[in-house]
This record gives sequence, structure tokens and C-alpha cells, in this order.
Amino acid sequence: MLRQIEGSRAVAESVALCRPEVICAYPITPQTHIVEGLGEMVKSGQLKGCDFINVESEFAALSVAIGSSAAGARSYTATASQGLLYMAEAVYNASGLGLPIVMTIGNRAIGAPINIWNDHSDSMSMRDSGWLQLHAETNQEAADLHIQAFRLAEELSLPVMVCMDGFILTHAYERVDVPTQQQVDAYLPPFLPRQVLNPAAPLSIGAMVGPEAFMEVRYLDHCKQGQALELIPELNREFREIFGRDSGGLLRAYRAHDAETLVVALGSINGTIQETVDQLRAEGMKIGSVSLCSYRPFPVEALRKKLASAKEVVVVEKCVAVGVGGIVSMEVRNALTGLPITVSTVVAGLGGRTITRKSLRGVFHKAHVGQLPPLTFLDLNHDVVSRELDRQRDRRHSGPPAENILRDLRSPVCQ
Amino acid sequence: MPVTEIKFYQTGTFTIGNRLLSEEERAGQSAANRANSLNCGHRACQGCGEALGARYAIDAAIRASKGQLIVANATGCLEVFSTPYPESSWQIAWMHSLFGNAAAVATGIAAAMKVKGRDDVRVLAQGGDGGTTDIGFACLSGMFERNDDVLYVCYDNEGYMNTGVQRSSATPPAARTATTPAMGSEPGNRFGQGKSIPLIAMAHQIPFVATASVANLRDLEDKIERATLMRGARYVHVHVPCPLGWGSEPSDTIKVARMAVESGLFPLFEAEYGALSAHTKIRRKVPVEEYLRLQKRFAHLFKPTTDVARVNHIQAIADRNIERFDLLN
Amino acid sequence: MQKPFATTLDPGSSLTNHTGTWRTERPVYVDRLPPCNNACAAGENIQGWLYYAEGGDYRRAWETLVAENPMPAIMGRICYHPCESSCNRGQLDTAVNIHAVERFLGDEAIRQGWAFKTPPSDGKNVLIIGSGPSGLSAAYHLRRLGHRVTICEAQPALGGMMRYAIPKYRLPRNILDAEIDRIVAMGVTIRLNTRIDDPVAEMKQSGFDAVYLAVGAQLAQRAYIPAGDAKRILDALSLLRAMEGPDPPQLGRRVLVYGGGNTALDAARTAKRLGATEAIVVYRRTRERMPAHDSEVREAEEEGVQFRWLSTIKKEEGGAFTVEKMQLDEKGFPQPTGEMETIDADSMVLALGQNVDLEFLAKIDGLGIEKGSVMVDQHMMTGSPGVFAGGDMVPSERSATTSIGHGKKAARNIDGWLRGRPYTPPARHPLASFEKLNTWYYSDAPKSVQPVLDEARRLSTFDEVAAGLDQSTALFEARRCLSCGNCFECDNCYGVCPDNAVIKLGAGNRFKFNYEYCKGCGLCAEECPCGAIEMIQEQA
Repeated sequence: MLRQIEGSRAVAESVALCRPEVICAYPITPQTHIVEGLGEMVKSGQLKGCDFINVESEFAALSVAIGSSAAGARSYTATASQGLLYMAEAVYNASGLGLPIVMTIGNRAIGAPINIWNDHSDSMSMRDSGWLQLHAETNQEAADLHIQAFRLAEELSLPVMVCMDGFILTHAYERVDVPTQQQVDAYLPPFLPRQVLNPAAPLSIGAMVGPEAFMEVRYLDHCKQGQALELIPELNREFREIFGRDSGGLLRAYRAHDAETLVVALGSINGTIQETVDQLRAEGMKIGSVSLCSYRPFPVEALRKKLASAKEVVVVEKCVAVGVGGIVSMEVRNALTGLPITVSTVVAGLGGRTITRKSLRGVFHKAHVGQLPPLTFLDLNHDVVSRELDRQRDRRHSGPPAENILRDLRSPVCQ
Repeated sequence: MPVTEIKFYQTGTFTIGNRLLSEEERAGQSAANRANSLNCGHRACQGCGEALGARYAIDAAIRASKGQLIVANATGCLEVFSTPYPESSWQIAWMHSLFGNAAAVATGIAAAMKVKGRDDVRVLAQGGDGGTTDIGFACLSGMFERNDDVLYVCYDNEGYMNTGVQRSSATPPAARTATTPAMGSEPGNRFGQGKSIPLIAMAHQIPFVATASVANLRDLEDKIERATLMRGARYVHVHVPCPLGWGSEPSDTIKVARMAVESGLFPLFEAEYGALSAHTKIRRKVPVEEYLRLQKRFAHLFKPTTDVARVNHIQAIADRNIERFDLLN
Repeated sequence: MQKPFATTLDPGSSLTNHTGTWRTERPVYVDRLPPCNNACAAGENIQGWLYYAEGGDYRRAWETLVAENPMPAIMGRICYHPCESSCNRGQLDTAVNIHAVERFLGDEAIRQGWAFKTPPSDGKNVLIIGSGPSGLSAAYHLRRLGHRVTICEAQPALGGMMRYAIPKYRLPRNILDAEIDRIVAMGVTIRLNTRIDDPVAEMKQSGFDAVYLAVGAQLAQRAYIPAGDAKRILDALSLLRAMEGPDPPQLGRRVLVYGGGNTALDAARTAKRLGATEAIVVYRRTRERMPAHDSEVREAEEEGVQFRWLSTIKKEEGGAFTVEKMQLDEKGFPQPTGEMETIDADSMVLALGQNVDLEFLAKIDGLGIEKGSVMVDQHMMTGSPGVFAGGDMVPSERSATTSIGHGKKAARNIDGWLRGRPYTPPARHPLASFEKLNTWYYSDAPKSVQPVLDEARRLSTFDEVAAGLDQSTALFEARRCLSCGNCFECDNCYGVCPDNAVIKLGAGNRFKFNYEYCKGCGLCAEECPCGAIEMIQEQA
């Protein structure tokens, strides 16, 4: 049913339709409205057969989900940023044990400095953990991906992160088609675990594995992600059949068929990118974009196919490997090995910095004419930065950088 | 209510079994068909108090729950020596996640059982003192505060033994560990504030808190059996000597544990909803020195001469326990 | 359900890891000799029968007891229980009241009418001379071994010193008769009022294959005391023997008893019961040095017997006895001081010791005699082949218990000699000494005290002075036994092994170690209450 609701609420209702059995919640901006919504639904009786537990930390939240999932209950939690890092040990544990937990990441920057606004540094920090990572472009897709995520997780026996941009998606009110219980039931069967804690059939889960078998275990985890590459498009097709719309899948191309310049990005920024593409297309530039929905597994083959005929590829990413450069762009470059394509990195929107069509036009233009440097920090205030660098060079006791910059920004000199 | 002592009958209820008593009056461990939930072939050191304590406790929980038990285990000696691939010595439904989250994992399992309508299945979380008093403290306190339906059993061998005998917040004062070596002006562990998890558990006013020792099997079984059948958050703290870490003889494990109880250093008591409800009197009181001398981790207190001040300080701790928990007649 | 590889394991998969390879020493179950068994001169398996008594199986307890000693009701009354002096429990609180439990079992057997099995009589023919404890014990054991037995007894009734020297108030005659009759009922030929002057001739004449001499030391030791009236002086043995006859002797109001052994006290206490207002024991040394047992001295004192220490009797004249004071020298021997005094008394009983009647032995060739005792080898045989001897006749500590032990040992040796296969006793286990026990496990339980007849009643009758334990106290007392060195299935080893390496074999079958998994930690040995587990080095 079509409703004008907050993104978080849409997610909460979709998750509720998936018949979760245990939900554990620890609040962190910007995921709070999701778990609050679910908590209300459980308390009011709207969501039955579910235990909603308020835990004392994110580490506890995922740990509770690990326990309940191992005991055969469909389990869900949500977090972001600092919280995701706080549960990092448990993140690796869940995937290592193959527990099909679904977790929403309301993408948010990681401090220091503390920052509550959107970027992708949090989910990126867990990209090697073995979890599947799906990125939602819109609120509709965010809601839909959760339904697909439970199915995906339980089929493969692997946990799934559904990433949605904090505030931009979580707190935006948009029109979303919230599915019916029948649709979801038709798509998502009851949870049948691969292994379960059952007194009637005892097992020891979580053994210590030494050098003689650890490589094999990891290799098998790696293989599972390969299986996901097959399964994700299948589940996307099935979803379309039952729900009548295209959500998820490995990636989605926009006006890419004859593009010379192709832009790759994750998440909600794709909306702005597509508008910029439309503008530039109208001006005659052969440009298109690819929205990566599945970040893990990274769809190497599918992406290569889509980008193969481009001359330039611009990767716009809301994260940075400090000291190295782009994260997503490294993986894109890897996918395009051997092809004569220039791949440029545009790091944008860190800590929630607004990404404008104007700025995007600028960099896409530069890329098109081969003048985009390999690494660009979009809309960087070079003045402020050079002042701080000078300060650090001149004085040993130069003070905290963030505070210095904030002071500079307020001063008339830098306006 | 404490275990009823059966006097006379030769060894009464002091020994594990007694052919003169009926089967029901003997300890659970005397049964020929006991669960042996922690079975042979595990890699614990010779004379390991924790291996013994774990079998005692889990067998008792299995008895009480009629086999409907799921256990969540923290990282530590118990987990490592019981489940090194490809061998597991557990006979029960068991899971190990991380070092500090046994209580939270158990909360999750209990929630799953509740949701599935399996209220006959009981959930037990267990870990060493490291995983309970230090790194696991937050999850433990959270579980207490929510009164989750979990029985948490801590096997306290007073240190991080699995990683090579390092100090934990449960390490007693003056004890030598790898991170509190016996040198300098304050040899061994410092005389700090102490951290009594049983008392902290009592402050949470949970339905049941108890201390127990491998030296008093009856008492331990009784407490675990009763606790298993209660609802809500429950905590049992079991004292288990570690011959390797404590520098005691493997054959002395029970004797050392007994002396800890009989000196007053490890008081046996119970509490319900935050109020002391029972305690076990000391049977034959010993001075702490007798207990300390059995363990090389305290050897520096007696060489070259007895460090009277420190020994007296430890005695004072024991005396305070005796008074506080009314341990003498 | 498909388990993930490696991170999930099946239960019981650790059984492939045989941790027994870690050991440097291994535990073994041992049976050690309990100090009570070790001290019992009759060779009883005390711990063995206490084991059954603890469980209330008195029949089996009695059967275990009588496998060694056929007269528990008697011994429970008259034995001086060296077992109790060596009982390890004595170092905990007080020794187990073994004799009281033995007596209870003996009395129970009489109450219930339990009998000995009638064994076959397909063995040889053995003559026993004397029906005291030694002879009766030999008869019993020889019958059990299938031999035919004849006892020749000079007196009109069986029992030897048990009847003719131990007073009724210590050993009621119905008890004595019951236990003797039970032995006879196994098929023992009895010839009362029969003195054998020439044992070897008797053997040949009547077709005996061996003979056991068990006549005891029944001659009173005499002392040279010049007396005016010989009627006033008699020996204790005659006195006590006369108590079995129709006319008890008249001793008068004041009676002196000369001597310091148990017989002296028996005489004094008997005198009191016969109506003497004063019975005075005159002894040349001090109380600490008197050979009589302390319990007897105490009972005598309670009954008002008086004592004159460091005194000897020199002569008697007209009812006045001259007594010389003695003094102990540095070596502890009494020396005359020359100080005399006179005591008036109606009679004096001599209790100066007993001697073996050596006259009738003169006819036996090869029989060796030294210091008034018959010499025997380790097979209880004298220098004359086929002639065995035991009890008070041979050098030994003279007690009924020792005699019973001799009778058993002689019987086994006679049996061995008759079969041409000399008897070798089995090797003794090492002693279960106190420090091998873990006493924590034993319940705190002080000894139960036997009730005792009050004084007035004691003196007016020959009723038994010490009563027995009733069933519940006997049971309680049996359960105080620590079972030193012998497994009593307390399950400690089974429960205390961190590696589950002890296998329980079921009630009565004890345990065995699972050496595939035993790591040799030694907890079992340490926590075994009775010290029945030993750690031994593993062979390289």
C-alpha cells in the first residue's frame, strides 16, 4: 500500500512483515526511528511472536542476535557508525559462524571527530568481515531490500547488512509502497536453520579451529559470497514477480549503453547523479551511471560488462581509505584490469557534506575531457586546509585540528 | 535453603556417594548414569578445577532441567580445552561466541526459546572470571538489569589462565601472575578494592545469587539445581583452583578449594532479590596461612621470611568475610 | 541439517583424544591392612565385618567374623581389644567401639539362632586335648577344613579358662554355652572328664592322625609363704573354678588378694560378691606397673576393691598377715625396705600367675620345653611330629584372643601337614596408617558408650556388669569405622576425577580406572577417605 512515511518507518514495517522473532535494539543516530517503530509494533501487539529486547550496547545487541539466531529464531538489529565499530568483534563472529542475521546500517560517519551525518565509512569498515552488504538507493528500495535480505541470509546461512544513508533516507518522508503480509509470506518462508542449538540433537557450535583447517573455513566463506552472486539476481527476479517492481539485484545501470563516461556510486547519491547525467546528456555528453546495490559480494563480472566500453569511469564515493585513496574505486579498478579505462576517484560527502549537482557537473566534465585528477576531494575548502597545514608545520603545539578549522571557518578571513 | 546435612552414616553427606544412603540422598555425581556433560578427552591440565566444576555444574543443570538445556560459553580455558577442532567433549547443546558476550548470547537464546514457546528449555551462560568480571561485565550487568531468563555460572580461577596466567580483577591481593610479578615493593597483585561479582549481582536484586566451590559438591549441586529451575536472572560464582596458575599440586585442587572456604577467604552464601538468604558455616576453620602455603603464587610471602604484614592483611579479609556472612558458630 | 565445516562439532568427538598418554604416574586401587586387623591376635577381618554391619546386614557381618573367630559373643565381652588401641579413629575422636559391635553381632547370632554349616567329614582324624579357647578354635577350623575332630576335656564341662577362671559377671554362662554348643553342633566328638596322660599313645591307640595340645596354663604359681593355717590361703584359680561348682567357698569378711594381674582382680571382685566387706589387692609394685587391664582396675575400684601398692606378703599366723613395704629402685624393680606391718584377714587368695602342667608332656619324645613353655615352630608343631601345641602352653601373650588365633593357625597347619602341603599364610598388605587417610570426609561422631550396671546391683549379683549396645547404637558405632585402606564405595574417586576416568562397576564391585583418559593428576588418591588408592610411577 502506498504511504507517505518516513524512511525508517518504512523499513520498520517491512522488517515487521518478515515475521522476525527476536529484535534487539540499542539506540544510535540515525537508526533510532527504525527500532523505535519496531518496538512500538511489538508492544502494541501489531507484531506478534516477537521478543523486543532493549540491550545495553551494540556489542550486546549483535551478541543477543547471535544467540537467538543460533537457537533458530529469525533475528534482527540495526546500528551505525560508532555502534558498528563497538560490535565489530561480534560482526566477524556472526559471519564466521554463518548466522543469518539481518542488520540495518544507517550509514553515518565514524569519529573522531564525532559526526552524526551520513557517509559510508561505517559499513566500509566491515567490508572484509564476510557479511553481505546491500546498498539502498531509495526508501522504497531500503524497505524492499530487507525482505530480500532475510531470504538471502537464510538461504546462504550468512548475515546481511542493508545499508541506507543516514538522514537522507532514514529521516526523509517519501512515498513508499509498503507490501502486504501475503506478499511477504509468499516470498519469505519460515526460517529453517542450517545448524541449530537443540537439546534433542546436541552440537558444539563455535569450535577453535587451528592452522590445519582455518584456511579451508575462510575459503568456504569466500565461496559463499560467490554463491551470493548467483542468488541475488534470482531473488531480485522473484521479488519482481511477487511485488511488481525492480528492487535490489547486483547493480542498476542508468543511460549507460553508449556512454563514454560512466559514474559509479553506492546509495542515495545515485539520485543526484542520475539528475546530473540527465542534464549533461541534454547538453550532448555521452554519460551514464551505474548504481551498485550489492557491494558485498562485489559484482566483478557484472560491473566489468557494464563498464567495458567506457573511456572514463568516475567513482563517486562517500568514504576514503585514509593514506591510500578511494575504497570503492580500488575495487572498480580491480574489476577493470586490462581494459584501457581511466578510473578516477571522487571522494564526496564525508561527514554529511552536501553533494550538489553543480559540483558533480564540474567533476564529470573534467573527467570527460580527461582532466580529472586520479583523486579529488569534492568541494574541499583548500584555504582552511592550507592554514592548518601551515600551523602544524610552524608550531609544535598547534592544538586540535578540528577545533582550529571550526574557528577558522567562523573568522572573517576564511569567509 | 541450604542442603540438609546427613550426619553419621560413616561419611554422611561429605563424600560424593555413600553406599549406606539411598540414591536420592547421594550427590548427583555419584550416579552411574550421570550426564558427564563434559566428557573424557578434553585438554584441561591435570587436576583442573574448572573442568571439574563445569562437569559438576552442567550435570546438575541437566538433571534439574531433564536434559532441556542450552549453554553459551565465553572464550577461555573451558572453551578452548573443550572444543579444539575436531574434538568436542561436550555432550550437550553448546555454543561459543566471544570473550565478553556469553551473557548476551544467552539472553538471545532465552528469547528465542520464549518466542518459540519452549519454556521447558533452560539457558545457562558460563565463563571464567576474566570473561565475567572484566570484559564480560557490561553484558552481565545488562542481563541482570533486564532480569533475562538466564543462569550465569562463573568459574573463578582468579586470573586469565588460558592466555598464560595474567591478572584479572578477580585475582586476589599479593598473588603472583605474569602481569603482577613477585618483585618490587609490592610483590604480586596489589591490595586493591576487590570486585565481588556476587555482591554486585545482589545489588541488581536478581532472583538468585550464590557462591559455591568445587570442594563442596553437595552445596554446588543443590544451588545449581535450584537455580536452574528458577526464572529470571540468576548467578552462581564457583571457586575453582587452577594448579598451573596457582602453583599448587594437581592432586591438591580440592584441598586448596576447601581451605579457601574453611579459612573464610571464599565464603559460601546465597541471596535472593538482593538479601542474604543462606550461608554455609565453616566446619574446621584454618588460618589463611595454611591456604596460602599450598600455592606457589604466594610463595614470596614466605621467603626468605614470612611477610607478616601482608599475611595479616589477607587474614583480615578472611575475618571480615567471616563476620559479614556469619560463617562461624 | 548440514553442519558448517570445522566450526561446529559433534558431541563426543573428544573421545578420540586419549589423554592417558599425558601421565607420568598412574593411580591403582590397593587394599591396605587396617590397623585393627593388624592388631587382632585372632586374625579377624574386623574392617571386613564392620563393612557389613554398617549396612545392617548383621548375618553377613557375623559370617565374615566367624570365618576367623567362632566366638564373638564371648570375645566381645572378655577380649582386651588391642584393635581399639590401634584404631585410627582414635586419632580423630575416639576409637570405634569394636568389641561392643562384635558382642552385639555375637548376641544377635544367639538371639536369631544362626548356626554354622555342617561341613563334610572326609578328612583326617584329629585329637584336641583341652577345650579352652585354643582347643575350641582349633576344633572349629579343623571341622571347616573337613577333618574329624575329637576333644578330650579333663573337666566336667567345656570352656577351659573361659568357664573356670573368668567370672560370670564378665561372661554369662548362657552365652558361653551357646557359642560352645554351636561349635560342637558341627560334629565334634566330645569326651568330658577325660585326662590324657600319654597323648602319643592315645593317638596310636585311637587312630588319630595328629594331636593338638591345648591344655593351657592351669597350675597356679605358688609362692613360699609360711602359714599357720593353710585353710586361709587358696589360689585364685581354685577359687574361680570352685565358683562353677555347687558350693561357693567361704572367704570371710575381709579378704586379701595377692597379685596384680586380671586374675587377682577377678578374685577380688568375686570375693566382694561372695559377701566380703573388704577385698584388698596386695601388689608388690604400683598401679602403673600392674599387668591388669586398666578397665578391669577401674571396674574393681568402682566396686570398692581396695589396693595396697608396693607390698609383699611374708607370712601368716592366726589370721594376721605380715606385709612388707617395697620400694622401686632406679630400674623400676621393687626392693624390700624392711618395714613390716600386719593386716588381719579372714583369707588370702594367691594370684601370682599360672603355669603349664609339664608333667603329662614328659612322655612325648622330642617335645622341647623352655622356661616352662612348650616350644613350637612356625607351623605350631612341637619337636614331635604330628604333635601341635598352642595357647597359654606355648610362649605368647596369654589371652583368650591369642589362644583363638593359635587354634586357627594350628588347624591350618595341621591341615597342611596332613595333606603333605605345608601351610604358608598369605602375604600381608602394607599397613593403612593414619596419614594415608583423608579424614575430612568422616562425620564427626564420638564413640557411643555402653551402659553399665549400677554399683549396688553389681555387687549383689553375678549379673553381667557391662550391658551391650542396642541395635541403633551398634549400627551407629559400626558406621564410625573409617574402613582404613579398604574401599567402601564412597564414590569420591568417581566424582572427583576431572577427566571422567573412573568407571563405576556397580554396588559391591567398586571401581576401575580408565587408563585411556586418566591424566595421573592424583586427585582420586588425595580425596580417597580411606587411603585405598596409590599413585605409582609409569614405566618409561
